[in-house]
Amino acid sequence: MVDVVNRESEPIRVLVAKVGLDGHDRGVKVVARALRDAGMEVIYTGLHRTPEEVVATAIQEDVDVIGISLLSGAHMTLFPQIIELLKRHDAQDRHVLVGGGVIPEEDAAALKKMGVHEILGQDTPPATLVERVRELAIAQRIRA
Amino acid sequence: MSTVSESGLTQVVSESVKERIDEDLAGWEREELETFLRRRSEQKADYQTASGLAVKRVYTPADVADIPWEDIGLPGRYPFTRGPYPTMYRGQTWTMRQIAGFGTPEDTNGRFKYLIAQGQTGLSVDFDMPTLMGYDSDDPLSVGEVGREGVAVDVLEDMVTLFDGIDLERISVSMTINPTAWIVLAMYVAAAEKRGCDLRRLSGTTQNDILKEYIAQKEWIYPPEPSMRLVRDTVTYCAEHLPRFNPVNISGYHISEAGATSLQEAAFTLATTRAYVQEVVRAGVDVDSFAPRLSFFFICHADFFEEIAKFRAARRVYARMMKDEFGAKKPESMRLRFHCQTAAITLTRPQPFNNIVRTGIQALAAVLGGAQSLHTNGLDEAYAIPSEFAMKLALRTQQIIAEETNVTQVIDPLGGSYYLEALTKQLEEGIYKYLAKIDELGGTLRAIELNYFQREIADSAYAYALRRGSGEGAVVGVNKYVDEDDDQEIEVHKVDPASERRKIDRLREVKTSRDQEQVRVSLERLARTAEDSSADLMPATIDAVKANASMGEIVRALEPGFGRYRETPVF
Amino acid sequence: MPAGPRSKVMPSASVPGSSPRERSDLVAGVLDRKPSATARLITALENNREDGRAALRELYPLGGRAHIVGLTGAPGSGKSTLVASLARCLRKRGRTVAIIAVDPSSSLSGGAILGDRIRMQEHALDDGVFVRSMSTRGALGGLSRATVDAACVLDAAGFDYVIIETVGVGQAEIDIVRCAQTVVVVSVPGLGDDIQTLKAGLLEVADIHVVNKADRPDADKTLAELRMLLTLDGSSNSTGWRIPLISTSALAGSGIEELADDIDRHATWLRESGELARREEAAAIARVSAIARDLISTRLGSPAERGGFVSLVHEVVDRTLDPHTAAQRLIVSGSDLTRSTEERR
Repeated sequence: MVDVVNRESEPIRVLVAKVGLDGHDRGVKVVARALRDAGMEVIYTGLHRTPEEVVATAIQEDVDVIGISLLSGAHMTLFPQIIELLKRHDAQDRHVLVGGGVIPEEDAAALKKMGVHEILGQDTPPATLVERVRELAIAQRIRA
Repeated sequence: MSTVSESGLTQVVSESVKERIDEDLAGWEREELETFLRRRSEQKADYQTASGLAVKRVYTPADVADIPWEDIGLPGRYPFTRGPYPTMYRGQTWTMRQIAGFGTPEDTNGRFKYLIAQGQTGLSVDFDMPTLMGYDSDDPLSVGEVGREGVAVDVLEDMVTLFDGIDLERISVSMTINPTAWIVLAMYVAAAEKRGCDLRRLSGTTQNDILKEYIAQKEWIYPPEPSMRLVRDTVTYCAEHLPRFNPVNISGYHISEAGATSLQEAAFTLATTRAYVQEVVRAGVDVDSFAPRLSFFFICHADFFEEIAKFRAARRVYARMMKDEFGAKKPESMRLRFHCQTAAITLTRPQPFNNIVRTGIQALAAVLGGAQSLHTNGLDEAYAIPSEFAMKLALRTQQIIAEETNVTQVIDPLGGSYYLEALTKQLEEGIYKYLAKIDELGGTLRAIELNYFQREIADSAYAYALRRGSGEGAVVGVNKYVDEDDDQEIEVHKVDPASERRKIDRLREVKTSRDQEQVRVSLERLARTAEDSSADLMPATIDAVKANASMGEIVRALEPGFGRYRETPVF
Repeated sequence: MPAGPRSKVMPSASVPGSSPRERSDLVAGVLDRKPSATARLITALENNREDGRAALRELYPLGGRAHIVGLTGAPGSGKSTLVASLARCLRKRGRTVAIIAVDPSSSLSGGAILGDRIRMQEHALDDGVFVRSMSTRGALGGLSRATVDAACVLDAAGFDYVIIETVGVGQAEIDIVRCAQTVVVVSVPGLGDDIQTLKAGLLEVADIHVVNKADRPDADKTLAELRMLLTLDGSSNSTGWRIPLISTSALAGSGIEELADDIDRHATWLRESGELARREEAAAIARVSAIARDLISTRLGSPAERGGFVSLVHEVVDRTLDPHTAAQRLIVSGSDLTRSTEERR
């Protein structure tokens, strides 16, 4: 369909959110900047967001990708909440969910099983991250 | 060989010697070097430090000819370039202070006792995010974070439990805490009193460096003005009651971890120092009465020589600032003492054992740079908070440096190295350039408002990420020498999932069993005291803590008057 | 409230290129005030997709009830905080608010970091507030169309106020606020050349002037300067509306009620003075001609039209055709501007 083809060239929109109480925003800022420099539109909502706020924002902003960063150790609590809320709003198929931060392999595997599409650690080079986000977003648009 | 110049300063290298060296150098470049370069060019077109300072191929006495002897000097004497004390590690090895904190106060108390048994000589407490940010364990915003990245402390009994069986008059306790530092200090004082300790013998530190929170680490509650007042109150309280306690630990570490270069770390830390000293002096306190208790916290990053030079330059600039700008008279007010931590950002997830080596080299630089206390990172910190094993290994790294290498025998052993002295001077000049720029903007607080620091740091962080990402900045095991099948398996610290529940239940018990009227009255008195911006909030806070008011309640009691800070992030 | 007019929705003619069923879902969703439907439709229109245009065709007749406020000012004037405070005030009065926050895109990559929501987080969980961040996307002519289309959707979705917040720097941003019914221009003390910026083009579009951050020491000076400028220029514009000058402190919350009152007063005045009809006509002229221009340039650039264009050009080069006639032929062949590209395939 014409529109699906066109959608691939539409700017990718990404919500970059810090959930939890930690203020380590070095990573999200680098990510936001790398995505912007790759032509994407990045919505940044600041520190200490709750899962409810993240999901409401993702829906209003109609983002392709939700990027969640947290280094507070609460990933096994907060990611499931976000997934649950996306389901409740019937939005889990519309947004790709990507996590970042200090997340042990074991937890990363569990989160992926729950529905987090990708976990990108702090060693991920900006160029790799940008490509992965683009891939995930395009795949998601074709699915939707 | 030395001559006295017109300015009265002593020239280490005379003009004639300098000329001779320059001649030699020119001849060497013409002959040996050129022939060599024709055969094989150097690996890079230009060489620079991690902060971007240009470095030469080789250094000679000519490079230090314009550094007067008075700038280098002797340890324990102004300008303290070579160290704050005349005997340094010959008198006392640095304090081996591994930070620890997780789960409930009981859990962390157990780790403390383990570390002391392994030969650790100081304690350092890591609090969980809710405690750092002023939320109780039972706050909805704390879910999932209670006891995760540090220990959860809500009420006085937590502080009592945390140090149960540990002699607080003999071991120094450093507490990494910022916007809620004044509450933690109140709890520490109340707990020590309860144990019958002599407050005058308590030694330790609260980090309490709120300015770098706005600049870098982003742990804040109130806007800068009331926050600075809280810092001032702890400083004046300690000056009077806890003479051996450092109420503020001015920190470059987090500025660096947020992305700053080492030059920026040193410069911005000295900029915040200046703002604190100005604030307290403005309150009418004599600079020599509190400056001796100021202490510092720097990172030790990967560029070996630059880090050593950074510590030396920071000591020199600080000494001059205290003497010339603030008119300090006591030498103790001019000597910069610092705690040091190796750089967590340099640790990698792939091939985690490589992290032991990185940390070891960084720790050596910290020691050669004259650190007073040191934390070495665990090899597993790119995964989780360190396991007991990782902490032991990190501590052993320090013990090996202290006891096997003999680097502790001679003070500032690299002092006089042409390269190191020249680099120290380059860093010093860089620091002064930044300080001048900050002055131009209207001072540290104004520069924070203008997001100046934040923008500088964000730019450096982005450049660092791009360099690492492109492979231009080598990271062994990540962008070089990558193992397809990484066989370095490690056991990471497991969080006890029940500990959050236990902590919340215990807090609820305390909250229901205490004298509610006493809590209400103490919180009201606290809020009333806060209305007078010249009043010291410490006594009223200690009373509230003794009445079993929780940290979250104390924070909220002051919020209507103080307001809440909201940042404008810059990219 | 949208309940009544909703019955007017007619099933529209089938449009190839987007499934009618999905389109109706989108329209129904917007009318049902489903944030996801509203958001998706805005995306479609932002990207100038046919499914978006089709939905807008259905929704457009239902609009015209929201009061559209354009709010603009220099970077750093505290617009986002002001908008958040205004929204808080309007919510207290029981009204619903939609906010479109427009930020410039990077001229290098075309990407953008949109951070206005940080100041608006207090409204994140309020169903009565909808916030959408938009990038100027290089402002290649489509910005004002996309923004005003988005405002139409939010109007149809039943929001009482639609506030469009832009940085008052470029022509495109000024064009957007021109499409609003009430234009609020925000100044701030201490930016120095602020007044100059106003002189350069914002002054004439303002219906309300706000000096924000009035707690700053040099606020009085800015107020005085503005007052003088307004007096010189005629403190009431030619239509008889007396332009208010309000000082606010979005942080302290002062002046916000006054701003909300003046916005409402202006809305009433627009209706009663007949100015509203005049403005709507002017806005319609601007929109229709802008969209028409867009369509023509899209057509000229589209591969399908390219062949015809090239052959016309060759004729002009060969002097078998003059440029005027060639251009006329192009326009005539594209005269049916309501047809979409898809239809013509």
